[in-house]
Amino acid sequence: MIAFWLLAIALIGTGVFVITARQPVHSVVGLLGNFVALAIMYLTLQAEFLAVIQILVYSGAILILFVFVIALLSSGVKPFDVGPNRLPKVLVPAAIIGAIALVTIVFSVVRAPSAAVPSIAAGSAGALGETGQADVFGSVANFGQALFTTNLLPFEVTALILMVAVIGVVLLAGDDEPARRRPKPRASGRESIVKPAEPLTR
Amino acid sequence: MNPSVFAVPMENYIALSAVLFFLGVIGVIVRRNPLIMLMSIELMFNAANLALITFAKAWVNPAGHIFAFLVITVAAAEAAIGLAIVVVVFRRSAHVDVDEVAALRG
Repeated sequence: MIAFWLLAIALIGTGVFVITARQPVHSVVGLLGNFVALAIMYLTLQAEFLAVIQILVYSGAILILFVFVIALLSSGVKPFDVGPNRLPKVLVPAAIIGAIALVTIVFSVVRAPSAAVPSIAAGSAGALGETGQADVFGSVANFGQALFTTNLLPFEVTALILMVAVIGVVLLAGDDEPARRRPKPRASGRESIVKPAEPLTR
Repeated sequence: MNPSVFAVPMENYIALSAVLFFLGVIGVIVRRNPLIMLMSIELMFNAANLALITFAKAWVNPAGHIFAFLVITVAAAEAAIGLAIVVVVFRRSAHVDVDEVAALRG
């Protein structure tokens, strides 16, 4: 109970910090706190494997990627995010869209038929246990069993998604040094066209 | 609902998920820095994961965990590709404002 409220306050606080920080690096630090708090909340929800994955993948991989890109882009150039403050211009449409979407979600949460949620006690005798035991809901063994038997196709789709991402990133941000080393044909071609034309105009 | 299963009512988790999601939405709408927009998208992914895991516990069904796992994978792929696009765009022109990047506009 206390853990939920502490984590909720931490999650919302760090979330607000992420979207209000002026420097992207500060946002990354806020996002790190958000991810860690969310991983602890996963533990309270009996999702051990996903808590570990949350720390490993999000805090370990994605955030480091953000930090690298920030360091790469802001080295030797002007600091990030300087420029006119556009908040007044976008505030009204943002508030309208956000309000509509928030009302929709809150409405659907409030009006959701509570009968659709099965009674835990009735449906699953013995399936729930303490976090940390094997062969109970949310344990790594249970997760792996579900992942590699009933959900094998989604797991393989995951592999495909990752491979597409790897290929896409290499194609997008890969080394374009050969293109730079080549002499620029466009600029030289334009000069050769323009230069003979000059005597004619004189 | 059995109090031993959810010490906190499930609606609280869903409400927290909704709040986190809309923090992400506000971040994407208001901020113009592509990096912070990507981070806001990560916030939204996480909010969706929180809802999925909450429902997985309510139904005692690991399918929600599997789906959250898929979402984490897609989030990793999205972050990698999004950051690659940011790097490419920034390499060509030193704009860090998405309003000034119109090369992909149809």
